[in-house]
Amino acid sequence: MSVTPQDVEKVALLARLTISESELPEVTERFSRVLNLVDELNTIDTADIVPMSNPHDMEQRLRPDQVTRGNNREALMASAPSQEQGYFLVPKVID
Amino acid sequence: MADTQLLTAPVSELRQLLSDRAISSVELTRAFLRQIELCNPLLNAVVTICEDHALKQAALADKQLATGEIAPLTGVPLLHKDIFCTHGIRTTCGSRMLAEFTPAYDATVVSKLQSAGAVTLGKCNMDEFAMGSSNETSFFGTVKNPWDLNCVPGGSSGGSAAAVAAGMAPLATGTDTGGSIRQPASLCGITGLKPTYGRVSRLGIIAFASSLDQAGPMARTAEDCALGLTVMAGVDGGDSTSADKPVPDFHGALSTDIQGLRIGLPKQFFNDDLDDQVRARVLEALAELERAGATLVEIDLPHSHYAIATYYVIAPAEASANLARYDGVRFGYRCDDPKDLEDLYLRSRSEGFGEEVQRRILVGTYALSAGFYDAYFNKAQQVRRVITEDFHRAFEQVDVIAGPSAPGVAFPFGAKQQDPIAMYMEDIYTLAVNLAGLPGLSTPAGFINGMPVGLQLIGRPFDEQTILNAAHRLQTDTDWHQSHPSLGDLAS
Repeated sequence: MSVTPQDVEKVALLARLTISESELPEVTERFSRVLNLVDELNTIDTADIVPMSNPHDMEQRLRPDQVTRGNNREALMASAPSQEQGYFLVPKVID
Repeated sequence: MADTQLLTAPVSELRQLLSDRAISSVELTRAFLRQIELCNPLLNAVVTICEDHALKQAALADKQLATGEIAPLTGVPLLHKDIFCTHGIRTTCGSRMLAEFTPAYDATVVSKLQSAGAVTLGKCNMDEFAMGSSNETSFFGTVKNPWDLNCVPGGSSGGSAAAVAAGMAPLATGTDTGGSIRQPASLCGITGLKPTYGRVSRLGIIAFASSLDQAGPMARTAEDCALGLTVMAGVDGGDSTSADKPVPDFHGALSTDIQGLRIGLPKQFFNDDLDDQVRARVLEALAELERAGATLVEIDLPHSHYAIATYYVIAPAEASANLARYDGVRFGYRCDDPKDLEDLYLRSRSEGFGEEVQRRILVGTYALSAGFYDAYFNKAQQVRRVITEDFHRAFEQVDVIAGPSAPGVAFPFGAKQQDPIAMYMEDIYTLAVNLAGLPGLSTPAGFINGMPVGLQLIGRPFDEQTILNAAHRLQTDTDWHQSHPSLGDLAS
């Protein structure tokens, strides 16, 4: 299956990526090549096969809801590109 | 001991020298730091050198060695792939997105190795977000193969593999999502082990594809990989997919007795597509194991052909979800002067991620999007089960499955970069092992025109011991793993 430049632009928006006009033809072409590769999956019958999301079919293990690590907010906030008074700073979203 | 001998000695020998006090950890650490300083300008295998940190850890190790408080790796220097979070040490994942990211905590693997006494020399270059098989996607530039500076080291753990091959460290950590430990180990002539999925905690390993990612040791010998794995493995409350299984002493239990071991050769791995010279080297290595008492049996993995297609849906899909966290707000790269929040997201991600990472995010987002989920993601997860069941059936007949680690030797820079599909084929023999969650290792199996070839050994789930034993036996009977590139030629 091949995709159109419009399909690629739509997916790019969903993924919050921008693709410039000049790159779009090449990105579309490479995208189509990867899809052609994976389209091979359609040649195998998988009726009644349960999808596998964990190779050991492991069940999600839960733990008691207890604090096990102390508050590390300052150290973690130090990685933020922009912050003030313990908040992440972003461009204004509401006028 | 001469410098070259020390720099190419396995961990098992260095431990002995340290515990005999024939050398101090500070001396050993300085020797490897010096080798990094000499070779790195040419190889670009290391992106961050932690000299002060390493010397402090080494001094502490020397105190422990003096008092006889010896842990499994006390005083042994190592390098970490730059995908493992290291507290207070920059962790880039080979990306502009994290070029200035300094984690506030250690990955479980890092803290386990540190508790076992290891000394961290620095962090290794890698393909961006571990997406690549040549180390050409790193924001920090390509890594060169120490056997031929015009060739790639493989990837994504290419920095780790090149560093070990070049005597910059006796041991390095790697991660493997589709072959990223085994393929570079093969191309650089070292031993690399991808454990069973769940054997090693993923806490603090920057996520690529969560149902496939696994960390493991890269070293000169199978014995050193056994030592490394014993320290790295174990259940972790911080990773709900880590396996709650006892961790054997893989090193203590290492044995060269492989009498009666049944080794399966999948006919799909040894078909006409396999390069004749790679086939010859792999079969020679297998003949050695046969002489040591193993029997070789042809087996069938009828759906292995579908592994590439399955992997290139599941891995990008999981990656697109995992990499959604890089939004330019909480950590990582932020674009200059965003005009609004949407612009901040779009430009931070488009400027912060490289081309291959963006390509995989696009494919993954497409495979998970409304209308395509069933046709791609769900279908791939069904085929994943079919591929996995092939392996389980094969393991009713054999104890180990063997094949090449990679389709060829190291290739020149740029040779496969323009064609993503050609690059994806580098992992044709390794991907299925991640899909099935099995342990696999690559061990040196000779040379083609002076470039290393790897033999891949695949084991049953949680049976790393059997493949380690087989590789250990091979390394007892052959000396391919002892060859190393001429270190003098690597110094700048």
